Amino acid sequence: MAVASEHVVDVRDLSAGYNGHAALEHVSFTIEPGCLAGLVGPNGSGKSTLLKVMLGLHKPWSGEVLIFGHSERPTHGHVGYTPQTELVDWTFPVTVMDVVLMGRYGKLGLVRRPGRRDRELATAALERVRLADRARRQIGELSGGEQRRALIARALAQEADLLLLDEPLAGLDATAQHDLLRLLEELRTEGKTLFVATHDLSCVAADFDHAVLLNCRVVAFGRPADVFTEENLSDAFQRHLFVLPEGTTIVGS
Amino acid sequence: MIDFFSDPWSFEFMQRALVASVIVSVVAAVVGSFVILKGMAFIGDALPHASFGGVAIAFALGGSLYLGGAIAALTTAMLIGFISRRGLLKYDTAIGILFVAAFALGLAVISREDNYTGDLFAFVFGNVLAVTWDDIYLTAAIGGAILIFIALFYKELLFTSYDPAMSAAAGLPVAAFQYGLLALVALTTVIAIQTIGVILVVALLITPAATAQLLVRSLPAIMLLGATIGAASSLIGLYVAWHADLSASASIVLTATALFVVAFAIAPGRGAVWGAAAVRRRRRGAS
Repeated sequence: MAVASEHVVDVRDLSAGYNGHAALEHVSFTIEPGCLAGLVGPNGSGKSTLLKVMLGLHKPWSGEVLIFGHSERPTHGHVGYTPQTELVDWTFPVTVMDVVLMGRYGKLGLVRRPGRRDRELATAALERVRLADRARRQIGELSGGEQRRALIARALAQEADLLLLDEPLAGLDATAQHDLLRLLEELRTEGKTLFVATHDLSCVAADFDHAVLLNCRVVAFGRPADVFTEENLSDAFQRHLFVLPEGTTIVGS
Repeated sequence: MIDFFSDPWSFEFMQRALVASVIVSVVAAVVGSFVILKGMAFIGDALPHASFGGVAIAFALGGSLYLGGAIAALTTAMLIGFISRRGLLKYDTAIGILFVAAFALGLAVISREDNYTGDLFAFVFGNVLAVTWDDIYLTAAIGGAILIFIALFYKELLFTSYDPAMSAAAGLPVAAFQYGLLALVALTTVIAIQTIGVILVVALLITPAATAQLLVRSLPAIMLLGATIGAASSLIGLYVAWHADLSASASIVLTATALFVVAFAIAPGRGAVWGAAAVRRRRRGAS
């Protein structure tokens, strides 16, 4: 039975996988309200599976996920989600506004069409991510950074308090990455809780409040400075990452 | 000249043919808009073939050919959905196994019948000139129901087609709408087979919607223009069939194909002619 929790996310002893292969083993961690948290791990470490279980899209083998203290899934309003951009069909004939309005569909229920309030919320969300001038464009016309922001606007239109973002930083150039990180920080300041799957360790180390280091199990979670120790990183990434002690000169000048 | 245009319509069987093929091509284009967006062209080919199995069994039993076709197409659609959702086989593999089985079953059944040629061949190649008013009422009723379903659940069909994961997270019954879309294709198939025939149904689902997709950008516009192109293909196709003494279904499909080729050539910003002109402009600019 679920026990009331003051955490936004409270994952307890979660195991999950596909066709008998474990992707997550005994995963436990918590995330506090108003926090920008990173979910870090090598490819195939179970990041996407964890997000799917949190969204109620994949049934875990054991354990539970409490979100705002509740274990019921799907979560309807509370949890926003931005998928990996390569999993989105950008050729689909819908406008940016259409996609953002989809954030309202869960609350609308069957048959009912979006009304004026839904359009207002969608417009406000587009303004919030600085895409208002792109509202009527076909989604395929957006740049990489704009695509990420459109998906975030959809989560904002949903009035979600927790946003799960799957690899939003991947494939962006430095400027777009910087802009997106500023946006994520602003949203945190406004009281949103953000949980960002990424393999960009340096971004998490520099800008995030909290990190979950995952490799099928949780290697460590807490403040990035405490999580990203040499021992934890080589444990999580094994041979995929060669950790240099601080101050090592890589290219002599 | 006036005779040339009015001649065909002085015969009632041509009027019936026109009404039936316009209804069918409009419904097929609207359903087909989802089919092309979801990359389901193969299923649009498979379900008509599968429905032939049901038509043959109904023929042997002396039952309603429409009902037999509908049951076979719907059953095949649901089985395809079921097998591919289990994740053991890929979608197109499931389609390939099931539809040929249903079609072969149809062949096996009719091979035992003595005088199957006329009626059943009409279903394989279409026989729009033999459509009765009763056929048209049934076609209009099923077609109307399909369009009403799409109008009511447009938002859900759009969302679950575009982003199934997010739809499920938002609490929508994604599986129900995916099966629902398969059922719409199956029912469209059933009303289309008498008009156009099992083998050519896929052309009415795919070609007008694909032509529209080259010319306009929003989904409602693709549906509307696709329906118009489908209706125009039926009208022009029947004219050509009348004057050139061709198979009506073949003529309708080839007209739709011709319209597609024109759109492909002239599509603004994307078409072949446009592309060639841009290359020429660039060359001229470079030299």
